Amino acid sequence: MNKIGNQTIMFSNPPYILETSSIVGPKEAEGPLAKYFDQCLEDEFWGEKTWEKAESKIIKENSNAVISKSGIPATDIDYCFAGDLLNQCISSSFGLREINIPFFGIFGACSTFVEGMSLGSVFIDSGAAKKVLCATSSHFCSAEKQFRFPLELGNQRPPSAQWTVTGSGAAILSNDNIGKECPRITYITPGKIIDMGVKDANNMGAAMAPAALDTLVTHFRDTGRKPSFYDAIITGDLGYIGKEILIEMAETKGYNIKKNYNDCGVLIFDKEKQDTHAGGSGCGCVGSVFSGYLYKMLNEHKLNRILLIATGALMNSTSSQQGESIPGIAHAIAIENL
Amino acid sequence: MKKIETKQEYLDYVDQKSPNSPILKNCFNAFWVGGLICSIGQIIFDFCKYKGFDDTSCSTIVSIILIGLAALLTALNIFNKIGKFAGAGSLVPITGFANSIVSPAIEYKSEGYVMGVGGKMFTVAGPVLVYGISTSIIVGIIATFFV
Repeated sequence: MNKIGNQTIMFSNPPYILETSSIVGPKEAEGPLAKYFDQCLEDEFWGEKTWEKAESKIIKENSNAVISKSGIPATDIDYCFAGDLLNQCISSSFGLREINIPFFGIFGACSTFVEGMSLGSVFIDSGAAKKVLCATSSHFCSAEKQFRFPLELGNQRPPSAQWTVTGSGAAILSNDNIGKECPRITYITPGKIIDMGVKDANNMGAAMAPAALDTLVTHFRDTGRKPSFYDAIITGDLGYIGKEILIEMAETKGYNIKKNYNDCGVLIFDKEKQDTHAGGSGCGCVGSVFSGYLYKMLNEHKLNRILLIATGALMNSTSSQQGESIPGIAHAIAIENL
Repeated sequence: MKKIETKQEYLDYVDQKSPNSPILKNCFNAFWVGGLICSIGQIIFDFCKYKGFDDTSCSTIVSIILIGLAALLTALNIFNKIGKFAGAGSLVPITGFANSIVSPAIEYKSEGYVMGVGGKMFTVAGPVLVYGISTSIIVGIIATFFV
């Protein structure tokens, strides 16, 4: 493992993504990717009394599911990296308090899943760990309650607003593939915090797009690769507005990503039928789209090389009320069938 | 597209990229739903008057019924759908005020009746109360001394 260029890490023995699992809520289950998710919930409470408890249950059950799918005993997993959107990341820490695996709580807003996978890969390639669990979750109702208004309030959402995904993604990274054929993480490009002054919390895509651009360009410069090297470049979750901004701005920097680029927030919902405005968002969006859809595409060799760039808006409701702009971040990982 | 160098250039670009709310459609829906709510209020008012109540009692009865209905529809998860469709049409009449108090009460019940329901009930309506009451006090003072 060594650092190349400005901020990219190249793995000498690229970690394997041994298994993934995804759980999504009822709205996501009506979306175009429904058939790829491992479990679709029928109601948002899932038998719990509060939204927060429901979200904790989602990440807990999803983590258990990925462990049992992988066939590895939980005791063999060395570390766990998890995070979510709720204050002090309570979904992850409450959901995983009984899992009995050394735990790193991380926060990168919607970029948390890829941040966890990046850290986990470094742990594995350095020899500090053999198996690592990465998990994230988000819940539409708990996020609305914390960041916006009560659900029953009769207000209108602006067309640039994104819809927080109810769901969770979880992955197990490993130093060996235990005889299975699985995709590997070859490079990571951790991103810098970029703030271009967008203050509108109802336009997260625009706030995060410059960070995605910076990481994208840095990744290509550091690795010497071109956009066409990848079968797919996927961001999560810029939504429709951020996606368009990224395409246009990448073009001004000399990178044409039009052909093979898409966004998890765009993929997960049907904009017209589901009334989700600018698309999906939340830790669970890139988490579930990768764990559900993209991982299966990689396994079936429909995609062989992808660049996954998860973006996060690093704000909270207090900073918004105080009129602060929204700093964005984006972390990239290259995942390949070698 | 030209290169973006400064924050201001980016913000202008974002403005141009972000879709605007469908203002005409929103105004039209707000107009007729708001009008309908007010007409219902007027019907109740006239009915009470017909039954022999005085004007003050009629107004009070109208308020009670509309608030009660809005609270009920909020609890049944219907008011937010009306609000999404009608916007200011259901927000500006007294129904919106009822909704803004009942919805946090439901949402924060999980934090208990004291700090949850009690403490958070006015998170949305609070500013309306503070500035509404303050304005009426100022107007009252002006009226007392100058009118």
